[in-house]
Amino acid sequence: MEAEILRDGAVLTPRYDAAPGRRPGTARVIKDHLARTGMVVISAATCLLVVLIAGALLIRSLPLLRTQSLGELLTSSTWQPSHGAFGFAPFIAGSIAVTAVAMIVAVAPAIFTGIYLSEYTVARTRTRLKPLLDLMVGIPSVVYGLWGILFVVPLVRDHVGPWIDGTLGQVSPLFRQTNPSGYGLLSAGLVLGIMVFPLIVAVTEEVLRSVPHEMREAVLCLGATRWETTLCVVRRRGMAGILAAVVLGFSRAFGETLAVMMLIGNSVQVPRSLFDSAYSLPALIANNYGEMMSLPNYESALMAAALLLLAVVLLFNVAARLVVNRLTVRS
Amino acid sequence: MNRKQRRRLQEAFFVGIMRTSLAGACLVLGTILAVITVRGVGALSWEMVSQPPESGFYLGGGGGILNAILGSLALATGATLLAMALAVPLALFMHTYLRSGRIANGIRLVLDVMWGIPSIVYGAFGFALMVFMGLRASLLAGVLTLALVVLPILARTFDEVLMMSPKDLREATLSLGATRLEYLGVLLRQALPGLITALLLAFGRGIGDAASVLFTAGYTDALPQSLTRPVASLPLAIFYQLSTPFPEVQARAYASALVLTILILVVSLLAQLSARRLGKHVIR
Repeated sequence: MEAEILRDGAVLTPRYDAAPGRRPGTARVIKDHLARTGMVVISAATCLLVVLIAGALLIRSLPLLRTQSLGELLTSSTWQPSHGAFGFAPFIAGSIAVTAVAMIVAVAPAIFTGIYLSEYTVARTRTRLKPLLDLMVGIPSVVYGLWGILFVVPLVRDHVGPWIDGTLGQVSPLFRQTNPSGYGLLSAGLVLGIMVFPLIVAVTEEVLRSVPHEMREAVLCLGATRWETTLCVVRRRGMAGILAAVVLGFSRAFGETLAVMMLIGNSVQVPRSLFDSAYSLPALIANNYGEMMSLPNYESALMAAALLLLAVVLLFNVAARLVVNRLTVRS
Repeated sequence: MNRKQRRRLQEAFFVGIMRTSLAGACLVLGTILAVITVRGVGALSWEMVSQPPESGFYLGGGGGILNAILGSLALATGATLLAMALAVPLALFMHTYLRSGRIANGIRLVLDVMWGIPSIVYGAFGFALMVFMGLRASLLAGVLTLALVVLPILARTFDEVLMMSPKDLREATLSLGATRLEYLGVLLRQALPGLITALLLAFGRGIGDAASVLFTAGYTDALPQSLTRPVASLPLAIFYQLSTPFPEVQARAYASALVLTILILVVSLLAQLSARRLGKHVIR
C-alpha cells in the first residue's frame, strides 16, 4: 500500500488494521471491552481482599472462639497457653497504653507542624520540607527500634525517669519509676510517637489546604492576624479533619510491631505506671509465631489477636477516611 | 497591655510553637541518622556486605550479611513487580473507564484502608494461607505477603500521579475518536515518570518491612536460591543480631542498620530524582 500524499504535503497513512469483511475499528472496540473486563476483575479482587483477610483470620481463630467466649477472651488477664488460658487483657491494655503515650507525645507538635505547613509556608518551602517528612515515613521500623535502644532507652533510664520519678512520681503512682531497665511504656511510646508524627502532619496539612483560599482572604481582610485566621479556618472546616488525622495516627500506632516489640519490655502484665514494661498485641503475634504450632489453640489465639487488631484498625480507618474524603472533595 | 499588643504577642507565640515543633522533628530525624551512622560505622566493613554469614556468625564468628541484603532485595523486587501487575491497571482503570468519581472514590477508600492495615496482620494472613495451602516459609510466600503490603501504597501513589495529568489530555484524546484503552496508553506514557517514582517508593517500603515477612519468608544463612526456600531479610537480620548477648554481634546489628538506612536513603533519593528528571514525553 502506498501512502497518499495530499496537496499541502501532509501524508495520509493508509489503514492497516481494517480486515476485509469487518467494519473498520471493530478490533479496537473488542480490545477495549476485553481490557475493561480485565480491569473490573482486578478492581473487584483488590476490594475483596480485605474481606478475604478478615474471613481467613476469622476461620483460623474459630477453634479458640468455640472454647472461650469473646467477652472472656477480651477481659481475662491470665495468659497461660500451656493451660489453655488465653486472656488478651494485658496485651490490649499494653497496646492502648503505649499508643496513648505516643499520641500524647505526637499529636500537639504534629498538628502545629501541619498547620504551619499549610497556613504559614509558601509552596517552595513546602516542597523542601516534604522530603524530610517522607524520609521519616520511609525509615524502617527496625531502625527506629534500634535508635530507641541506643538513644531513648538510656535517656529514659538515666535522665527522664529519675526526674519524673522525683517530681510527678511523688504525687501519683502512675509516674513512679518502677522499672530500672528503661525498657517500657515511655520509651516505646516516645519512639512510636515519632513514627506516627509524619502521618498526622500529612493528613492535617491535606485537610487544611482543601479549605478555599477565599475564606482566609476574607478573614485577613477584616484585620485578623494569621493565627486568628488559622483558628477561624480550623474551627470552621478543619476540626473534624484534625480529629481524623489523630485517629489515623492512633490506628497506625496501634498496629506498629517491631519498634514497639524492641522497646516495650515484653512482660505480660497490665501496666500500672508509665515506666512499667508491657506487651502489645502485634508484639504478641510476632514473638510467639515460632512455638505456636506446639500447643493446642495457640495458633488460633494468635490469629484471633490479629483479627482483633484488624477490627480495631479497620473501624478507625474507615471512619477517619470517610471524614477526610468528605472534607477534601476534589473539584 | 493593650489589645493590639496582646494579639501581636499571641501571633508570635504560636508561630514560635509551630517553628519549634517543626525544628524538633528535624532535630529528631537528625539524631536518628546521626546515632545510626556513628554507632554503625565502627563495625561496617567490606566483609560485612560482601559475604554470607559463616558458621558461628551469631557468636561473633566471621562473615557478613550478604544473605540478608540479597534476600531483602529479592523480596522487595518480587513484591513490587507483583503489586505492579495489579496496582497499575487498577489505578489506570480509575482514571479511564470510570466516568463518575463515585466508584473511583470507593476504590480509593478501600486502598487507603488497606494502607492502614498493619503489616503484622498481612503477615498473619499470609501465614494462614500458607497453612491452608500446605506451603512452608519461602521466598515465594514472602513475596506474596509483601506484595499485599505494597499494593495499596503503589496504587494510591500512582493514582495521585494520574490525578495530576491534565484534563485536556483526556478530552483531546477521546475527541479524536480513541477508545478508552487507547487513552489509557496515552495516559500511561504521560504518567511514566510518576510511575517510576511510585515504584521506587513502594520498593523502599518493601525493603524496610519486617513484620509481614517474619512468618512467611523465614530466615536462613544461605544466599537466596530458589522461590521455595526460606530467605533472609535485612530488618530481621538486624533484629536477630540484636537479640544475641554478644557485643560484637550487636555492633554488627548497628552496621546492618546503617546499611539498611543507606539503602532506603538511596532509593528515596532516586525516587525524588526520577520525579524531577524523567519526563521526556510529559505534557506539563
